[in-house]
Amino acid sequence: MSATPVKAKPSEGAAKQMTLLEALNQALHDAFADDPKVVTLGEDVADPEDGGVVGVTKGLSTKFGENRVRTTPIAEQAIIGAAIGVSLAGYKPVAEIMLMNFTTVAMDMIVNHAAKLRYMSGGQTSVPIVIRTMTGAGFSTGGQHSDYFEAWFAHTAGLKVVAPSTPADGYGLLRSAIDDPDPVLFIENMPTYWTPGEPPPKGHRVPIGKARVSSPGTDLTIVTYSGMANTSLAALKDIAAAGISAEVIDLRTVSPWDQETVIASVAKTGRCLVVHEAVVPFGVGAEIAAVVSERLYGKLKAPVVRVGAPFTPVPFSKPLETAFLVNAPRIAEAAIALVKGKH
Amino acid sequence: MLNNYQLDGPTQVEIFRRMALLKGNDERCRKMVTTGRLVMTYYSYRGQEVIPAAMSVNLTDQDYLCTIYRGIHDMLAKGLPLKDLWAEIAGRVDGTCKGKGGPMHLTYPKKGIMVTTGIVGATLPIANGLAWASQLSKDGRVALATFGDGASNIGAFHEALNLAAVWKLPVIFLCQNNQYGEHTAYAKSTSAKRIADRAIAYGIPGLHVNGNDPFEMYAAARQAVERARAGEGPTLIEAVTFRFHGHVFGDADKYMDKAQKAAAVAADPYPIYRTKLIATGVASEAELAKIEADVEAALDVAVEFALQAAYPGLEELTTDVYGVSA
Repeated sequence: MSATPVKAKPSEGAAKQMTLLEALNQALHDAFADDPKVVTLGEDVADPEDGGVVGVTKGLSTKFGENRVRTTPIAEQAIIGAAIGVSLAGYKPVAEIMLMNFTTVAMDMIVNHAAKLRYMSGGQTSVPIVIRTMTGAGFSTGGQHSDYFEAWFAHTAGLKVVAPSTPADGYGLLRSAIDDPDPVLFIENMPTYWTPGEPPPKGHRVPIGKARVSSPGTDLTIVTYSGMANTSLAALKDIAAAGISAEVIDLRTVSPWDQETVIASVAKTGRCLVVHEAVVPFGVGAEIAAVVSERLYGKLKAPVVRVGAPFTPVPFSKPLETAFLVNAPRIAEAAIALVKGKH
Repeated sequence: MLNNYQLDGPTQVEIFRRMALLKGNDERCRKMVTTGRLVMTYYSYRGQEVIPAAMSVNLTDQDYLCTIYRGIHDMLAKGLPLKDLWAEIAGRVDGTCKGKGGPMHLTYPKKGIMVTTGIVGATLPIANGLAWASQLSKDGRVALATFGDGASNIGAFHEALNLAAVWKLPVIFLCQNNQYGEHTAYAKSTSAKRIADRAIAYGIPGLHVNGNDPFEMYAAARQAVERARAGEGPTLIEAVTFRFHGHVFGDADKYMDKAQKAAAVAADPYPIYRTKLIATGVASEAELAKIEADVEAALDVAVEFALQAAYPGLEELTTDVYGVSA
């Protein structure tokens, strides 16, 4: 198997486009080079095992050795436990949990330990780990390989949750997550891996907790993140054709989310549509809707509306999966209905 | 197979000193709870003192410990100061964790006490990570994970033993088999005759010892520590013992076999070891009595300190949830 980085350094060709997959690989290479305390572990992450199931960790073990880049057994509790332990001793582990559904196997380690050791120790210890995990419907992987569980983690004090949608944000957020003193769940949207975008400058950091206005507008605010940030941008054409100007905010960080940027935008537009891939009930959209409604009560021109998946497991059969997954036409339809008063 | 180590007199006395500290502390904890002076859920370790006493004399302050809710004996043996302990279990700001951890989550990195968990089985995977750090840093530290017999039936135990064996980690898995997991007897919940035999499945040494015998326990501990420090990998030790006061202090013990419990209490390792040290001329009655009196005096000071200490300010409620980003 190839043991070289997925792509040349971004600095070698400033105008060259880069995929999210390449940007994440580059971020890991740069973090490993900058700090000998950065280590990684997970299923298949070393080069003899192909450098990760999609290749995010490719080249790392060849360059930095299998002491720092460790392929593990298929044992998620052992993976997160080892990450926690090594971080307590001053290392900066990036643990890969291949798929977000597999985080469930390690929930005790993540929720009872990683999230709480700083607090329960009165600040004597900390768990500066990054948990990289990928997910997303669209590849017919069915009920146990596609779920978005970000709301569970965002509901746990002590954890941070980030979910980039572009190569530059992926690079910058991963570098910031590795720098961060707390456990960060880093969600990678599977279909987005191969979408090209502007390459990040070397060493680029995107602050955790800062959203980005990815398209300005005046009539409504679309608050979104992860793969749905791209799908929301794809909906803008239809929304504009209906004579509506939508502002898209890519949260980038789900927890702590950038309330100030969202509130400033919704105060301006008077309308808020939250779009995420996860099922709607009890989701991140509910939290955003609640805060927007509390803070802008009386100033909204319409109720906050959520767009997400129906309350079902992710189905396998293609027509069902397509119906499950939020797409650009559904976002456009909801946006137009929200502005035209049909909600 | 246990190596045959000669235990010198001072080490024998030091093990006794640690046992006396642990026993005295447990008695004081129970007294404080029964008299209503302290409100806490208390998991008594009375009867299990030999294990951490004989283990800890083989460890340094730099070695790591991950222990459980029934683990105050492990921590005191590792060097947790009494005043810090008592202020913590009283929920005071001068406690190890500013009162925010309590008896189930004591932490004291200065003595290598990194994690105390209330989740059965969770010490093992985390100890692996600490051992990985030692391997990366080449600093010779070993990581010790302690747990009860019940933990050997949970997935984390098996995941951790496998990973430690594959990575040859400098970690010691110390099972304190007190023969009950919560209220359920060993045979009703555990398929293996001996937990130590589970090591065979992972290709690592599994030592089955009498955890109430300081000499045997010392030998197992030393063997495992030497193996870990030499880079030869993990060891599973099963130290058989008995807990005298049930799962949670105050439970009615109805689930326990009365005869088994009576026999265990009659074979209390503390007076047996005490008598032995005097009979073999290792220590005099006066020396041992002085050790015990010193423990009581130190406990008086610690308890008084804890009860006089302030509760944490309410600003502590929202402090230490997150760190400060650089």
